[in-house]
Amino acid sequence: MVWIAIRMLTGDATKFYGLLFGIAFSTLLITQQLTIFVNLIERGASGVYNVPSADVWVMDPVSRTTDVNLPMPSTALDRVRSVAGVEWAVPHLRAAASVRTKEGDLEGVSVIGVDDATLIGLPRRMASGAADVLERPDAVVIDDVGTTRFFPEGYDPVGERLELNDQRAVIMGVADAIPSFTSQVTLYTRYSRALNFVPGTRNRLSFVLVGAAPGVDAKALATRITQDTGLRARTRDEFARDGVDFIIENTGIPLNFGITVLLGFVVGVAIVGLTFSLFIRDNIKQFGALKAIGVNNAKIRRMVAAQAAMVGLIGYGLGVLGTVGFIWGFSSNPTFKGFYIPWQVPLISLVAVALILALTGWIALRRVLKTEPAAVFR
Amino acid sequence: MSAAADTATAIAAISTRGVARDFTAGQQTIRVLHGIDLDVRAGELTYLVGESGSGKTTLISIMCGILWPTEGEVRLFGTDIYRLSDSDLVDFRLRNVGFIFQQYNLIPAIDAASNAAVPLIAQGMDRLEARERAIELLAALNIAAQADKLPNQLSGGQQQRVAIARALVHQPRLIVCDEPTAALDARSGRRVMDLLREVALADDRSVIIVTHDNRIFDLADRILVLEDGRITHDGRDMPKDH
Ligand SMILES: Nc1ncnc2c1ncn2[C@@H]1O[C@H](COP(=O)(O)OP(=O)(O)O)[C@@H](O)[C@H]1O
Ligand SMILES: [Mg+2]
Repeated sequence: MVWIAIRMLTGDATKFYGLLFGIAFSTLLITQQLTIFVNLIERGASGVYNVPSADVWVMDPVSRTTDVNLPMPSTALDRVRSVAGVEWAVPHLRAAASVRTKEGDLEGVSVIGVDDATLIGLPRRMASGAADVLERPDAVVIDDVGTTRFFPEGYDPVGERLELNDQRAVIMGVADAIPSFTSQVTLYTRYSRALNFVPGTRNRLSFVLVGAAPGVDAKALATRITQDTGLRARTRDEFARDGVDFIIENTGIPLNFGITVLLGFVVGVAIVGLTFSLFIRDNIKQFGALKAIGVNNAKIRRMVAAQAAMVGLIGYGLGVLGTVGFIWGFSSNPTFKGFYIPWQVPLISLVAVALILALTGWIALRRVLKTEPAAVFR
Repeated sequence: MSAAADTATAIAAISTRGVARDFTAGQQTIRVLHGIDLDVRAGELTYLVGESGSGKTTLISIMCGILWPTEGEVRLFGTDIYRLSDSDLVDFRLRNVGFIFQQYNLIPAIDAASNAAVPLIAQGMDRLEARERAIELLAALNIAAQADKLPNQLSGGQQQRVAIARALVHQPRLIVCDEPTAALDARSGRRVMDLLREVALADDRSVIIVTHDNRIFDLADRILVLEDGRITHDGRDMPKDH
């Protein structure tokens, strides 16, 4: 009977495609929007992800994220270094600055000062140039997505001069970095140079980045650092999470995406519900005949379930493929750099599709089950 | 031997006792059937005749197990069918009753052979095996060549033959048809009735046909006339005043 149910479904091409479209569209909308949402809020943690070698981030107790921080006195570095279990600790400066481009425009940038000796704080990979270019005077490394904001596409910025806070800087390399939430241009330079580029008060040390000694648990080390120094210490994962939470709490992004995802669900219910009930209405005579002949309600249920499952699986597959295609198609666009589909997202849209079909299938089924077999002689 | 045969024919294929049916429309409850007592024998082609609204469809629906009587009991081959549980009754129909619906109600998306095979498939038989059995029957009905065609590729007469095949394929003991010739011209009507006599009628099977088509009255073994929910005539021929 399942075979008959599937043939009934596919035999009516218009409605079959309508149902597929409804499910695929909902899946696409939900999967794609959730994917963008997750990737976008994860950008709140890009500052942390770009320095994977740091096990623990140490900061002033009021600092919240890589970008929302209160600098500490430089003595904090030595205090952290003296805590047991700290393998290494390096200074890390993050500050806002402005750049005057060749055209004369003023652009806000982030300046990141990385450890002079080890260059810890610089993204692991370079898109162009080697990390040691920072040894040269006035050298800065620009992030790859930032490049596209300052220069035309495909342009090699190495050798370009910038006026960074009215001081001369020369781009000597391009870092392969995860863009920040705002896609602001990021300039990496050595810590000692950063102090020159970004003038300020006595306290300039934004973070101390810490590597744990072998066998030392990052979480335990962070707790110990806080106990010994009174500074706030977060493991890499915690601090990444802090950045994400900050975006969630301080922007309308969750609400906006939430509304779109809900819309995807509602549109799915509407299209699929309408088409499904049209399909059932057109086939109600056949279902009635089957009931009279002696097809019991359990088999009828299985038939409608098979139809729903078929529509669901194909439609869902198309929707997910569409999302993959979308992400793939835009992968070269800097806004979408590094976007991936977290495994939870297709799972969530699968649950949404199952809900849509359970709801609409149930309504359709009720009509079939209510049909009196005696109606076939009317 | 002959004693056994006698007992077999003595058990009525269908017997109704005191069957009544009410319909409620709005405030009013109308009694459509009044205490029908009836025995239908196996091996006979029985006509149920009467004016429109006399209760023919209601009676045949009750006799074949798709409509509950308000009062009375119905025995099909000894089984008191309305005492069965809902699901047992559905199963009983699947094994014992073949239906020929007026509008055929074939499934548009599957071919003639699969349509004819539906009762066997519903019984759980393998689809291809069921199709083969259906094709044998289509051959007996002279439309084997149409086995692979979809219903909308068939003429009305061919569709009806597929519907007849579907009613017979699982060899039920009771065949019911409601107005099978209503939509046909006189010649086709007779041909269908001849066909039904030929392929549907068997010693252990009853065929009940609802009709008011007086062109085919001579083909019945027995004619029952229903007037306002009561049987007013029972015989081999039609009463003179009809
Ligand atoms: N489901 C129903 N609800 C209300 N009245 C009905 C229903 N079915 C049949 N009737 C009434 O019962 C009477 C007999 O109907 P029916 O058995 O269809 O007669 P026939 O088949 O002889 O034309 C008619 O008056 C009809 O209006
Ligand atoms: Mg009728």
